[in-house]
Parts: sequence; C-alpha cells; structure tokens
Amino acid sequence: MRRFALQVFCVAISLFMAAPIYLITLAAFSSRESLNEFPLPLVPTDPSTETLSGFLSSTGVIAGGVNSLMVGLNTVVLALLIGLPAGYAVARYAFRGRQPYQLFLLLTRALPIVVLSVPLARIFLTTGLYDTTYAVTLLHTALALPTTVLITAAVFVAVSPEQEEAAQIFGASPVQAFVRIVMPQALPGIAAAAVFTFVMSWNEVLGAAILTLNQRTLPAQVLSTLSFSPLAYRFAGGFALVVPALLFIAIMRKYLLNMWGTTLK
Amino acid sequence: MLEAGPIEYTLQGFVAMKTARRPLLLIAPSLVFLTALFAWPLIFGIGQAFTGTGGPTAAHFQRMLDDPYFWPAARNTALLIVVLIPLQFAFALTMALLLRERPRFSGFYFYLWVVPLAISDLAAGLVWLAVFTDRGYLNSVLSSLGFDGYSFLSHENPASMFIAVVIAELWRATSLVLVIIVAGLQGIPKDYDEAAEVFGASYWQRLRHVILPQLRPSLQVALILRTILALETFAVAQALTGRNMPLLVGETYQWYDFLQNPSVAAAIALMILTVSLLAAAGYLRLMRDQTGSPR
Amino acid sequence: MSRIVLRNLVKSYPGGDRRATDEISLEVADGEFVVLVGPSGCGKTTLLRMVAGLETPDSGSVHIGDTDVTSLSARDRRVSMVFQSYAIFPHMKVRQNIGFGLMMRKVPRPEIDRRVADAAAMLDLSDYLDRFPSQLSGGQRQRVAVARAIVVDAGVLLMDEPLSNLDALLRLQFRAELKRIVHQIGTTTLYVTHDQAEAMSLGDRVAVMRDGRVAQIGGPLEVYDSPADRFVGSFLGAPPMNFFPALVSDGPALSVGALSIPAPSSLARFAGRTVLVGVRAEKLAVSTDAADGFLPATVEVVEPTGASVLLTVRLGDHELKVQAPPTFDTRPEASVWLRADPSTMRFYDPETSLALTV
Ligand SMILES: Nc1ncnc2c1ncn2[C@@H]1O[C@H](COP(=O)(O)OP(=O)(O)OP(=O)(O)O)[C@@H](O)[C@H]1O
Ligand SMILES: [Mg+2]
Repeated sequence: MRRFALQVFCVAISLFMAAPIYLITLAAFSSRESLNEFPLPLVPTDPSTETLSGFLSSTGVIAGGVNSLMVGLNTVVLALLIGLPAGYAVARYAFRGRQPYQLFLLLTRALPIVVLSVPLARIFLTTGLYDTTYAVTLLHTALALPTTVLITAAVFVAVSPEQEEAAQIFGASPVQAFVRIVMPQALPGIAAAAVFTFVMSWNEVLGAAILTLNQRTLPAQVLSTLSFSPLAYRFAGGFALVVPALLFIAIMRKYLLNMWGTTLK
Repeated sequence: MLEAGPIEYTLQGFVAMKTARRPLLLIAPSLVFLTALFAWPLIFGIGQAFTGTGGPTAAHFQRMLDDPYFWPAARNTALLIVVLIPLQFAFALTMALLLRERPRFSGFYFYLWVVPLAISDLAAGLVWLAVFTDRGYLNSVLSSLGFDGYSFLSHENPASMFIAVVIAELWRATSLVLVIIVAGLQGIPKDYDEAAEVFGASYWQRLRHVILPQLRPSLQVALILRTILALETFAVAQALTGRNMPLLVGETYQWYDFLQNPSVAAAIALMILTVSLLAAAGYLRLMRDQTGSPR
Repeated sequence: MSRIVLRNLVKSYPGGDRRATDEISLEVADGEFVVLVGPSGCGKTTLLRMVAGLETPDSGSVHIGDTDVTSLSARDRRVSMVFQSYAIFPHMKVRQNIGFGLMMRKVPRPEIDRRVADAAAMLDLSDYLDRFPSQLSGGQRQRVAVARAIVVDAGVLLMDEPLSNLDALLRLQFRAELKRIVHQIGTTTLYVTHDQAEAMSLGDRVAVMRDGRVAQIGGPLEVYDSPADRFVGSFLGAPPMNFFPALVSDGPALSVGALSIPAPSSLARFAGRTVLVGVRAEKLAVSTDAADGFLPATVEVVEPTGASVLLTVRLGDHELKVQAPPTFDTRPEASVWLRADPSTMRFYDPETSLALTV
C-alpha cells in the first residue's frame, strides 16, 4: 500500500516534469498549419519537420548555433586551462592566502551576470572585442571559473599525493607524474567539470545578448527576435534549446551529486 | 662535522622558495583573469552609473526611479522570490524524501527530475509558452473538456500571468535545490534515523527532529544560492509575457538594448548587485558559522 | 656502493612548534638493514622522506653512496620506496604498477617483462598480474607495493611501515617473507615501523627514535638487552623493561626497601647513591618458595599467554612484570619470590634516566 502511494507520487511528479518536454517536442514537430488549429491535438497527428526547418532556416539561427558551439568549447578550454592549475594548487598545497582565495571564488559566484555585462560591453567596445565570440567566451569563462576551480580541486583531492610522490621516486618528473598518474584518475571528474561549463555557457542568455550585436549565440539570437517572431519559431527555438539539456544530464548524472555535494562545502 | 657550505645552503633555500611559490604561480592566472573580468567591470560599472556628461551625477538613478516600469519590476522580482522559493523548497524536499524511500525506478525518476538543471530560463519560458499561450495546450485541454479558454498571459490577468511564471520557474529551477538536498541527505548516516526508529519515533517525528536538523547546512546553502539566482530571473518572464511582467534584470536589458542607455542599465545592475551582495554576505556568514560550530 | 650518510638533519614544518627531526646523524652501511622505530610523531616518516628527497631539510646533508644528494630531487636519487598507504596506482594493472619504475627509466620492453615476472614470482603475485589493484586483497596490494620497489635496482630501499595495514597473522607471515627477500637482493634498506617486535626481527641494527632524535642505535639484541636510557627500555620489548629504584650499599649490594640483593662488583663506585635498576621480565627468576637472595612480592594479575605466564607483581611500592614458565601455578594475592642475576641488571641515573656505565 505504502509502496503504491510512493509510486503514485513519483509518477505524478514525473508527469509534471516530463509533460512540458513532451509538449514542446510535439509542437516542434507539428506543421505550421496544425499549430494554428484549435484545440491543439495532444498526440502527434501529422508529424512534420516544417516548423523546425523553418526555424533553422531563419536568419541567424544556424550561425547562432555555430557561435554557441564555438563559445561553449572555447569556454571549456579556457576555463580548464586557467582553472585546472588553480584547482590543483588548492587541493595540494597549504599556502598562505588559500583561505582568502577560496572566499574570493565564492564571492565571485555571487555576482550577478548583468552587473558585469553592461560595463564589459563598454570595455570591450574600446578594446575592439565587442560583438565577437571572444567577448562572450571571456565572460562565460569568468562565470564558470570559480566552479571549475572548486570541482577540479575536489577531483584532485581524491588522488592521494603519495601516488604522485611514488611516481617521482620511481623516476618520473613532476610533469610526468601529473600526466601519467593524476590525470588519468582525474579525467572523469574533469570531464564532468567541462560538461558543466559547457552547459552553463550554452544556456547563458543575458550576457551574450548584451555583448554581441551580430555574432549572437543561439539563445541570444532567440531572445532578441522573440518579440516579433511567430509562435512556431518560438516553439522550435524552445525545443532546440532543450534537446542538449537531455543529453547533458544523461552524461552528467553520475557526477551531479558529487559536484553539488563538494563544491558547496 | 657539518660539511654543508654556503653554496649548498643557498641551493636549499632556492628549492624551498620554489616550492613555496609554486601554488601562487598556479593560482595566479585565475586571480588575474577573475580580477580583470570581475573587479574591473565592477569599478567601471559604478563609474558608468554615477557619471553623466557633466561629471558625477545621480541623474541615472533618478531616471531609473522615474521610469514607470521600475517599481512594478522591483515588486514583481520581490514577489517572485517570496512566493517561488518556499514552494520550491517544499517541492524539492518532497521529491528528495520520496527518492530516499528508494522507490522502484528511482534512478529514472532522479534523471527525469533533474533534467531541467541543464535547461536555460529562456528555454523554460518557451516550453511553458506552448502550454499557457492563448491557443496553447492548456486551453486546448480545457476546451475539449468543455471549459472556456482563458488568456493566462494577458496583461489583463496579472495573477494568472504571475502564476504561469512561478510554475515555469518551479519546473525549471527546483532541480538545483533537489540535487543539493539529495547530496545533503546522502551525507547523513542512516544510523541516526534508524536509531530514532528503534526508539519508536514516527516518520514525521524523525523528519522533524532527526533529518531536517541535519539537513540544515544543505538547506541554507541552497537557500542563498537560489535567492541570488532568483534575483537574476528574467528570460522566463520575457518569453512568457514579453514586457507584461517586468523583472529587474529584464529592465536592465530593456534599458541597454532597446533604450540604448547603458548608464541607467548600470544603475539597475548596481541595485541588483547590492541585494545580491547582501545575500552573499549571509551566505559567507553561514559558511563561517558552519565551520566554526562543532559538528 | 650505496651507504647512506645523514648528517645533522634538521627539519621543522611551518607552524610546528618544535623540530620534527633535530640534528639527526645516522649511517647505514652498504647492504645493511636499519630499522627506525619510535612512538608516533617522533619524526620517522620525516627522516625517511628527507632521504627520499620528498622533503627538503632545513639544514644538514644527505649522502647516498659517495654523492651529496641533499639538493637532488627524488627522481635523481635512485632510491626506491614502499609507502605506508601503498600508493599503488589504481588506474594501472598490477603488471604496469610493478614495471612503472623500469618504464620511467626507459628499460627495454622485454627486460621489463622479465623482471616484472621475476618480482611477481618472488612475491606470489604471478596470478594477479592482469588485475587492477581494486581487485586485490589488502595483503596482495601490499605485496604489489613491495614488488614495485624491489624490481628497480635502486641503491637504497626505503620502507615506511609497509606492514602496518595488515592483520596480525598476515603481518607475521609477511615479515618473514620480507626479511628473506631483502636479504636476497641485498639492498641498503631503511625501514620505518612503530612496532618494536618488527624492528627487532628485521633489523641488522635498530635505531630507536624519540622527539626527533635518535635515542639509541645498535644491534637488536644490544638495544634490547642494554637500553641506553629508560625510554628505550620501556619502548622496546613486550612487556617493557621493569624499573625500580634501589640504594647501592657497600659490598656492593642493592637495598630495595628493607631487603638486600647482591649487585655486580662494578657498582661499588656508586656506593651511597640511589640508582634505577632495569631488568627484563623474562630475566626475573620466580619461585613459590622463599630462598636466599630472593625478594618477596605479591601477585596482582595473572595472564597466561600460552608460551608463558605473565605476572604483574608488587614489590614494595613498585609494580613489576614477570614472565614465568607456562606451568607456573599461582593466583592473585599469592606470595612469590623473585631473583635477578646481577649480570642481567642494568643501571640508570634516576635524574637523567641515562644508562650508567658499570
Ligand atoms: N606536513 C606536516 N606539517 C606539519 N607538521 C608535520 C607534517 N608532517 C609531520 N609533522 C609533524 O612532525 C612530527 C614528526 O612527524 P612524522 O610524520 O615524521 O612522525 P612519525 O614518526 O612518522 O609518526 P607515525 O608513527 O605516527 O607515522 C610530528 O609532530 C608531526 O605532527
Ligand atoms: Mg609516519
């Protein structure tokens, strides 16, 4: 009986979580014509890629997708390049300033994106970076960096320093010890940090919209054309933005708990 | 006896110095980067907000306050936080406790329930637009059940508009709280709970006296994080209602993008920053309390 | 030619109020097996890590063979080490773990395979070469760590409590195994433990450490029989050495309370002074009957250990541990008589606790 009630609750919540995703998928795969019907059918009657292809062929959508991808990948690389060594230092060394540094990281996480974006737009205008994917990459890296440092630190803590010392005793240089011993063990965790960074960048709208004019990322493109685009376009846009999320979470599932468990302590 | 000459000493000193400096070298790039992208714009933004054509001025703030959208935006933002966050915590706690009972398919449920973690607020807004729009799925269902349609998102129905935004945010952002709570629950040894059960505590008693008190640190962290993030909500409302339900961050975007006035945009941003920092101060204070208190 | 010479090694950790090692000087001859033993926190690991090059001394020097290696990094010292926590690499199979040092030194592939196979055979690991460490038992992991250390031909082998994580039985087995293997390869070895039985059984010489200093170094029997101070006597041996004060009177004889027992003649020059007498539990003869030169004592606790009976007895104000034969029949409250051969007694200055030369 108790088990049954439990399942009822779980199924109810699952329906609430899944229904919108189902509906947006349904809408995205309906023809323009059937979207104008009323009432809308709740099951696919006439599946069509018309709406989606219309969305994809709108100006700026493909380019926005490419920009989003570029920005996301560049952000991942840059954030790891800068964040990994810092995470390693936090994990391995008891140095003066370690505590303040971690506080600084936490503080930066509390800064709203909008506070940075407006002045950054001005700064980038004067430095010629405005309206480039680099500008967005820099902003996203700054946003992702604190989390990257905290996650990678947690990952490195899990590899005992004695293993690195052992490698050095047996003839490895510090760099070799890191590459051969620490990296292979840290890789899954680092991959999780990378995916996390990518998701953050892929989803970020406001900063990207403020820092660019023509080089929009996909969400920025959708946002800026929102008020004068037809419903079909918006549904297709919503669908396009949701699909990667399903993938990301599937990849990340194992690490979600670890990540939020460790980064917040 | 001691053969170590001065040369050897300097060499040892050098090695020691090198290892002492290594961590600083490793964190230096991130420090420089974060300072450049956080501190610099921050100072620049304060300058923007307080300087006009003729030197220092509060005119931008005045303009911000005079704008008919400002106070509704501030009110909506505050209302959203006040209504949304308790609902979100109740919802997340329910989900976490359900999962804790290890129902069948719990792995699948967890996956489904955290999917919105990777969905942006813009996407969430668009997804729920398909539900709430005039000729959308909700009205379709209502009409096939014989009810009249309702303009949920019209500016004539501010209540339903607000509720739509709350539901969309509840759907999208509860997963973050859920993940933090589930992680927190995992950190609580089962022994306590079992001990309480052995001593005859009912489920609600255990929840009230054993589980919740131990979950407090996680709940506090989630609370502050969600508050800061809720302050930044805007694309959901934008996608669902356009400017019918203005929010503070949305206004920044309006001033910047459509009204082409970065100074007023910077002024609003500073407002948001101030509120965020207050929340962050609370956050840091909590962290200190937690590390200071014996646990 | 890999003797180890340590000179005046001083190391203090930042934030530590006292030195972890305090002017330690030590020599380990080529091929010798020296055990460092001492209570927790006395600086054993620190000393070992300085020899390995994992820690830089504040002052002093480390020589391996004829070279001063003080400022060389760990990889350039050609030492080999077994870590207390094994520190075997979880992402590599046993085979790669054992061969790691050889691979790093760019030994040709066929030779690596051969030597890994040899080392594995020596440690009974041949069947496990293609497993990951997570698929091994604790004892097997320990053996992988040892195999990895002996397979490289380092001049010096360092071991930090390599048996500490094993259960009592396994530890005993593995101790003998280790002794055989190290003897076979004949490497200069510095071995850390806080288990005094292990120290005695393994070491050519045993160095007893206390508070960052070496309290005594010598052959196992020497440090056991003639502890240089009270601390060494109480640290080595189970049960620890008995100590009780006695007055040296003319004769020479020792007065314990109202009783008098014979003393070695060399003690004559301390006549009139109080000394601390040290005697091992198994050196005390015990009898149920009174006899000449025997001291009366009262039994307090009787603990049969199988091979013997351990008695806790009260002699005047002092509690002594006595090891009696397993057939010795007594019970608490009973009276027994004790006697110690003068030649088995050691004497210490009650003030400084240092051994008196008699
Ligand atoms: N990394 C460190 N930072 C600060 N102090 C340290 C550090 N490592 C050791 N110490 C201190 O130095 C002293 C010697 O430590 P060491 O690890 O050498 O002891 P040990 O003899 O190996 O003890 P054990 O038998 O418990 O392993 C101790 O007082 C210890 O607290
Ligand atoms: Mg130690």
